[in-house]
Amino acid sequence: MNKPPDMTQMSLYAKREPVFNRRIDGKFRRIKWAIMALCLAVYWVTPWLRWDRGAYAPDQAVLIDLAHRRFYMFGIEIWPHEFYFVAGLLIMAGIGLFLVTSAVGRAWCGYACPQTVWTDLFQHVDRLIDGDRNARMRLYKAPWGPAKIVRRLVKWAIYLAISLATGGAWIYYFADAPTLWAQFWNGTADPVAYATVATLTATTFVLGGFMREQVCVYMCPWPRIQTAMTDEKSLTVTYKDFRGEPRASLKKSQKAPGAFGDCIDCNQCVAVCPTGIDIRQGPQVGCITCALCIDACDRVMKDIGRPRGLIDYATLEDAEREKAGQPPTRHLRLIWRPRTIAYLVVWAGIGLALLFALGTRVHTGLTVAKDRNPPYILMSDGSVRNAYTLRLRNMESRPRTMEIAIEGLSGAKMWTDDSARTDAARTLTRKVPADATQPLRVYVVAPAATAGQDFAFRITAEGNARETAKSETTFDTPQEATQ
Amino acid sequence: MAENHKGAGRLDEATNTETVGHEWDGIEELNTPLPRWWLWTFYACIVFALGYSVVYPAWPMLSSATQGTLGWTSRGELDKDMKQAAAARAKTVAALADMPIEELPRHPELMRAAVAGGAAAFKINCVQCHGAGAAGFKGFPNLNDDDWLWGGDLRTIETTLLHGIRQPGDEATRQSIMPSFGTDGLLTAAQIDAVAGHVLSLSGKARPNAEGAKLFADNCAVCHGPAGKGSRQFGAPNLTDAIWLDGGTKDDVVAQISKPHMGVMPAWAGRLDPVTIKMLAAYVHSLGGGEQAPPPAPQPEPQPEP
Repeated sequence: MNKPPDMTQMSLYAKREPVFNRRIDGKFRRIKWAIMALCLAVYWVTPWLRWDRGAYAPDQAVLIDLAHRRFYMFGIEIWPHEFYFVAGLLIMAGIGLFLVTSAVGRAWCGYACPQTVWTDLFQHVDRLIDGDRNARMRLYKAPWGPAKIVRRLVKWAIYLAISLATGGAWIYYFADAPTLWAQFWNGTADPVAYATVATLTATTFVLGGFMREQVCVYMCPWPRIQTAMTDEKSLTVTYKDFRGEPRASLKKSQKAPGAFGDCIDCNQCVAVCPTGIDIRQGPQVGCITCALCIDACDRVMKDIGRPRGLIDYATLEDAEREKAGQPPTRHLRLIWRPRTIAYLVVWAGIGLALLFALGTRVHTGLTVAKDRNPPYILMSDGSVRNAYTLRLRNMESRPRTMEIAIEGLSGAKMWTDDSARTDAARTLTRKVPADATQPLRVYVVAPAATAGQDFAFRITAEGNARETAKSETTFDTPQEATQ
Repeated sequence: MAENHKGAGRLDEATNTETVGHEWDGIEELNTPLPRWWLWTFYACIVFALGYSVVYPAWPMLSSATQGTLGWTSRGELDKDMKQAAAARAKTVAALADMPIEELPRHPELMRAAVAGGAAAFKINCVQCHGAGAAGFKGFPNLNDDDWLWGGDLRTIETTLLHGIRQPGDEATRQSIMPSFGTDGLLTAAQIDAVAGHVLSLSGKARPNAEGAKLFADNCAVCHGPAGKGSRQFGAPNLTDAIWLDGGTKDDVVAQISKPHMGVMPAWAGRLDPVTIKMLAAYVHSLGGGEQAPPPAPQPEPQPEP
C-alpha cells in the first residue's frame, strides 16, 4: 500500500530510544551530588542508629516493629491506635510535595525522587565502565563480541551489587538491624526478609538499570498530577526561545551578527539530559527539571562569550516579562506567593497539631468489655454481679502501678479473678508490665435492688493525675428487666 | 455482495490490518491475533493444569475421582492439622494429666490453659443444658453464681463432672431424692401451701406461719436443715438465699414440693477423657463463683464465698 500513513496506521507503541547522557559539571550537578549523597546516606545509615530506651524497648533509633505493632522514631513511640500520627506525617508529606511543586516545580523529580537518585547512580556506573556519551553510543551499536560481553557483564554485576545493597537495606527498618544482619547472612532470617530483599533488588535492578526515564514518563502518576499543579507562576527549567531563536551555528551567527539568536544548536542540552529530551521544545512530561541542561548551556555560553541563562529556571510568566524587555524577578521572590504561603500554612499547621498531640498524649489507656452472656448474675445474698474484662494499657517503657477505681454505681465493689469477694473494694491496684497491655477480669457486685445504670472505670498510673484514662460501661440488673 | 474469495493476507484499507480471508455478505474478519504474552500465559496454564490433574485428585470416575500421584486428600490434610494441634498441646495435656486438680491454682500457666480448653469443651458438651454463658435455665443451675448444690471447689466440681448427678448406673453419682409430697399423698394441698409459705418466709418473701414451720421441721429439715440452709451432703438446696433453681414464686415452690423436678446430669467419665474433665472443672470454677478447697472437715453449711 502506498498510501500516506494516517493516524489509524500509526502504532501506539514507541520503541525506547536509549539515553547516553554526557558528563557535565556545574552548579546544579553539584547540588545533585550533594542531595544524592544525603539521600543515600540517610537511607543506608538510619537503621543502624541506636537510641537508648531503657531495658524494656528496642534501642534502634528508627524501627517499624510490625511483629510487636510498635513504631519507634528516636524519642517517639507510636502504638497502633495512634496510627493517626503516621497518617498525619503522610498528609504532611503530600502537602509538602504540593508546596515544593507550586514553589519550585518538579524539584522532587529532579533531585530527591529515589528513581532519579538511583538512575543517576546507575548512569554514573555506565560512565565508569563504558565511558562517556560517545563511547557508550559506539558500544551500543557495536556487534556482540568478547569485549562487549565482558563490559556488559561487569556493568550488570555492579548494577546488581547496588541493587542488592538497596533492597538489602530496606529490611533493617523492620527489625533489630545488627541481629537481622547476622541472621540474614547465616541463613536463619525469616523467609519474608529474603523475599523482600529479592523483590526490592529485582525492582531496583530493573527500574534503575534499564527502565530509567520510562518509569517517570509512563509509570509514575506524579508527573501527571504535577502538571495539574504547576501554573505560569511555577519555577521550571525554561529554554528562553525569545533569546535563542532562530538558531544558527556559531560560525554562521558570527558572520551575520544580530540575525540569529543565542542558541548555536550545539545540542549539549540534549546530550546531558538524563531522560533524553530536548528542552528547547518547551515544558514536557519527560522533563524532571534536574537542571543539568542549565549547567551544559551555561558552560557553552561562557565559552562563546554570551551571557548565561539561555536555559534557566524561570516561570512562564517571568519569561514573558523578560521577553518584553523587563528584568527578570529574583527566584527567591518568585517562590513567595499566596498559593505557596497557603500550602506552607496548612503544612505547618498540621505539623504543629501533630507535635501538640504528641506532647500532650497520655501513656495510659483503658478499654472495658462487659460480659454480655450472662448480662448479670444474681448472687445468693440477693446482690447482683456483672463481669468485665479490662485492658490496662501502659505505654511507657517501665512497669507502672495502676489504680483502678469504680466511678459511680454507689455501693458497688469489685474483685478480680485472682482475688476473692472478701477482698472486694472500690479500688484496686495492679502492676502493668512495661510497654504492654494487660487484661484483667473484674467482677463488680452491687447491693440487691440496685437499678441498672451506667458507670465508669478509671485507671490512674502511679498517682499521676494526668496519666489517667476512663471508660464508660453499663451495669445490668434484674430490676431493669422488670421495670 | 461477495462472490469471490479474496484470499488471506489482504490488507484492510481502513485499518491496515490483514483479513483472515473469509467474507460473508461483504463482511470480512480482521486478523488480530491474541497478544503473545496472553497466549503464552494461556499455554503455561494448560501445561500447569495437565501436571496438576496428574499430581492431584482431578478426573471424576465412576465411583470416585482419580487419586493423583501425590496421594493428597483434604481429609489427610485435616488429619495432619489435627495431629499438629494435638502435638502442640501434648506437653500441656501431659502436665494436666499428672497433676491433681487441687494443685492447679499454684500453676497459673497451666490454669490458664485448662480454663481455655475447658471453655472450648464446655461449648460442645455443656451448653445444651447450662447455656452458652453457663447461666443455666429454670431447673438447670447457673454455674456463674456462688450457690453450689454439691460444692464449688475444684475437686468437688471435678467429681460432679466425672460421676454426674442422679446418673443411673454410676455407683459414685451424686444421689438425692426429694419425696413427692403432693402426688404421693404425704401432705395435703393446704399443708403444702403452708410449707411453701414458710419456705418463702425464710428469705423474707412471705410472712412466717407456724403451721408451715412445724411441717417443715417434721418433713424437710432432715435434708434442708432446721434453718432451711440446705446441705451439700445431700445436694439439698439452700432455701434461705436469693437463688431458686426451679423458680422462686409461690406456685414454683408449691409445684416443687408436690412433685419435685430433679435434674439429671450425665457422668462424663468415659465420655470425655480425664484431662478434658479437669479442664471443664477449671473452667466452671473460673466463672466467678469458684470456691477454694475446703478445710479437711466437710463444711456442714454452704457459705456465700470462702
